[in-house]
Amino acid sequence: MSENTSTRTGALGDLKKMFGSGSSNLRQFGILFSLIAIILLFQYLTDGLTLSSGNLINLVSQYSYILILAIGMVMVIIAGHIDLSVGSVAAFVGIVVATAMRDWNFPWPLAILLGLVVGMLIGAWQGAWVAYVGVPAFIVTLAGMLIFRGGNQVIGNANTVPVPDGFTIIGSGYLPEVGPNTGFNNLTLLLGLIIVLAVVASEWRARRVQKIMGSTPAPLWASIVKVVLLCAVIVYASVLFAGGRVGTSFPVSGIILGVLVLFYAFVTRNTIFGRHVYAVGGNKLAAELSGVKSRRVNFLVMMNMSILAALAGMIFVARSVASGPQDGLSWELDAIAAVFIGGAAVSGGIGTVVGSIIGGLVMAVLNNGLQLLGVGSDWVQIIKGMVLLVAVGVDVWNKSQGRPSIIGLLTRKKKTTEFPAEPPLVVPDTGTPESARPPATRPN
Amino acid sequence: MSPDHVILEMRSITKEFPGVKALSDVSITVKRGEIHAICGENGAGKSTLMKVLSGVYPAGTYTGDIIYQGQNVHFKDIRSSEEAGIVIIHQELALIPELSITENIFLGNEPTKWGAIDWITAKKTALELLARVGLRDNPDTLIKNIGVGKQQLVEIAKALNKSVKVLILDEPTAALNESDSMHLLDLIRGLKGKGISSIMISHKLNEIEQVADSITIIRDGKTIETLDVVADGVNEDRIIRGMVGRSLESRFPDRTPHIGEVFFEVRDWTVQHPQIAERMVVKRSSLNVRKGEIVGIAGLMGAGRTELAMSIFGRSYGNFISGHLYKDGKEIVLRSVADAIDHGLAYVSEDRKALGLNLLDDVKRSVVSAKLSKISSGPVVNDSKEFGIAEEYRKSLRIKTPSVNAGVSKLSGGNQQKVVLAKWMFTDPDLLILDEPTRGIDVGAKYEIYGIIQQLAEQGKGVILISSELPELLGLADRIYTVFEGAITDCIPAESADPETLMKSMTSARKKVQSI
Ligand SMILES: Nc1ncnc2c1ncn2[C@@H]1O[C@H](COP(=O)(O)OP(=O)(O)OP(=O)(O)O)[C@@H](O)[C@H]1O
Ligand SMILES: [Mg+2]
Repeated sequence: MSENTSTRTGALGDLKKMFGSGSSNLRQFGILFSLIAIILLFQYLTDGLTLSSGNLINLVSQYSYILILAIGMVMVIIAGHIDLSVGSVAAFVGIVVATAMRDWNFPWPLAILLGLVVGMLIGAWQGAWVAYVGVPAFIVTLAGMLIFRGGNQVIGNANTVPVPDGFTIIGSGYLPEVGPNTGFNNLTLLLGLIIVLAVVASEWRARRVQKIMGSTPAPLWASIVKVVLLCAVIVYASVLFAGGRVGTSFPVSGIILGVLVLFYAFVTRNTIFGRHVYAVGGNKLAAELSGVKSRRVNFLVMMNMSILAALAGMIFVARSVASGPQDGLSWELDAIAAVFIGGAAVSGGIGTVVGSIIGGLVMAVLNNGLQLLGVGSDWVQIIKGMVLLVAVGVDVWNKSQGRPSIIGLLTRKKKTTEFPAEPPLVVPDTGTPESARPPATRPN
Repeated sequence: MSPDHVILEMRSITKEFPGVKALSDVSITVKRGEIHAICGENGAGKSTLMKVLSGVYPAGTYTGDIIYQGQNVHFKDIRSSEEAGIVIIHQELALIPELSITENIFLGNEPTKWGAIDWITAKKTALELLARVGLRDNPDTLIKNIGVGKQQLVEIAKALNKSVKVLILDEPTAALNESDSMHLLDLIRGLKGKGISSIMISHKLNEIEQVADSITIIRDGKTIETLDVVADGVNEDRIIRGMVGRSLESRFPDRTPHIGEVFFEVRDWTVQHPQIAERMVVKRSSLNVRKGEIVGIAGLMGAGRTELAMSIFGRSYGNFISGHLYKDGKEIVLRSVADAIDHGLAYVSEDRKALGLNLLDDVKRSVVSAKLSKISSGPVVNDSKEFGIAEEYRKSLRIKTPSVNAGVSKLSGGNQQKVVLAKWMFTDPDLLILDEPTRGIDVGAKYEIYGIIQQLAEQGKGVILISSELPELLGLADRIYTVFEGAITDCIPAESADPETLMKSMTSARKKVQSI
């Protein structure tokens, strides 16, 4: 029977298998597919400007902090909450750190540490309200949004506070030039190479695990095609990143983001804590009756979000060389949008870190592409809103049809045609019901 | 049989889910004013067939014909089947707890006058409907304040309001106690007298034998046979033979108990209702369990059995007031479920959907979810161990699923129950508390589960078995406590227990039980 269904979806089925099995993977595949489509579209519309070195580097350093927020936000949303305060928390931490360096002469590494600690304290404060007092996160973080935005203005007197040079590395630094002059940034190339090796290794491992688990892995050719495609993309990207204007290369903030993605993808997928986050969001009562300490989970998830918000705030401040009262305005919306485009469910229990990153990239590329085309920010907002609505709408609609995501839409037509044509509405002759009865084995 | 005696015919229904053919070429014929039972093992496809009929799975998602009152019909949703007079009552009741009986009956179907809801008519009609189903409660009572048995009746009243011609009941008595079940079955018989046909799914074969006129047996998604209860002289054994394909010699596996010492004790356990401070749901209850012993707990619905069990299990219900727990001679304090699990307790909830499972999870994740530390190194879960363990349980409990990677929401009710059992067996408990463990489980699987319970006892574990089915308690338990209104009223050794004595102790506060 399973063979039956896989042959039915045919080549597209194999294509889907290339990106792993399981519904969450299929969904991610759908979003990835849209991301690629959007990139190609803008590449065409901007005459190749989208995939130029300068633009890519700019893209990463401009959106890394939103993506960092999305990592924390997806965990909050999986657990069944929301965090509206991230933008304000980022701004608050930014001003605290900037002030600490200017007025209290904190050396910048210590200032970063201070920022993280402040983020942690804020997170503990909000987490306690959510987890132990039981106030809905929507309310707690709505309050936090006001409190910390105000806090930013109190500390900075509603002014901007500049930050010293050393600190700006995390926001506008690049991988340094080392080794022989190849015309490219060597470290970036090396990074690309490491990723390529990692991709090959992980695919090999995934195939082995799939075999152990008895699920039929995709045919070998599919694996190879997948790995070759992915590696080609990585090599192409690293060459682009490495070949930018002299002095630029892969941004430090991108590296921070990459490390965080790997770490949190692992935490959510492979650790007990990660399982507990999904359990609490999926069915809190059942989770509690399985020994999950749901309050602790909620507390930690909220706290983690604020720590990441603090980090994002500092990166932003480092990039713009000063902290100001308008920092982080409406970041929460971008982060939340990224998570939902990435396939998370409003009701909790569903979502992935990688999906959210892809969702965030969709938003980033869209924003960036529209800007390159010179579209005004009014229209950018309208378009982004529509994309969010359509992406989640397609997802919800497909789920109600029992098919995953956008790719489901593509395979849908195919499947319905394979059902026999609808029988006529009224059968002309009902016949004798006896004749249609199954042969009944009468007992003697 | 002439066609106008037939109200409904489903012909060659085939329904596939990804990877599963739930129904293949199934046909049933329901006569006007008959009670038609559908029997089959867990996962046979009974619920799926009824969902096809009632439009939950709309026309186009299955193949085959539904001929209803001589017309080939294509329902596109539940509403359209209801308009035609086919009403399904799902096992998970679809009432809104915060609304009153009247409001629930008319939900989505409100009588209006000048565009506003006409509550006077509504209440009048509600009273009439309630009288028809034999419910004497005030129609303003909120649903959450009446028991499951009465909720079931409200569902039927709601169906009657929609001028139902074919009433589908998916395991209607699974959550009911004996007297509520009897009442419900009487009601269905009464409806039959008024020309309403009922299709009933149930694993309680004795009930089917009592009320059904004909029985269709489904096995592995195929129609096996249709029996006429009177003409074919059908009895329980005959139904089982059709369902399982062979006869079952006995309903309970043989067992010689090897009972050791008392290792678990509850003393003077008192628990307060979580909201109502004056109400004690468990009152100074004491009980003990020996190694290798199966201890039954009998009581009516609402007697406080579940409350007792859950409050012991890491205070997961109500406000703990007083009492002591002893395990292996030492007092233990279980402040949380995690504590309870660490001390070797396990509790299989009676409500698998709300309390037992995360329906978003797949089978393998569910199985290991109560003791992830067992398959983890440090904080990291080992995926392949998880898979291996889930596979083991799938095989040993015969969980019917295309793979352990399938979502638990896609399993049939009985197989979900097996997943919950597996989940708690995996924690390797010393004391396993089972709350209605065979609710909604077919005879064959029941036998298997009884075997598993006995096996656990044989390994020297203690089992507390809460059940509303007296035969189950009598067949399995070594000793039975009876509970009435939150207090333990008696403790009866299996040898001297029979339904009458149990019933008596379950319905009256007799003496305070002395420990034996
Ligand atoms: N939404 C779904 N997706 C995939 N498979 C499903 C879905 N619903 C049911 N199935 C499968 O179809 C088969 C029949 O399920 P169904 O719920 O009809 O069984 P049942 O006869 O009602 O069993 P039970 O007595 O346990 O309630 C099972 O193998 C089940 O796993
Ligand atoms: Mg069922």
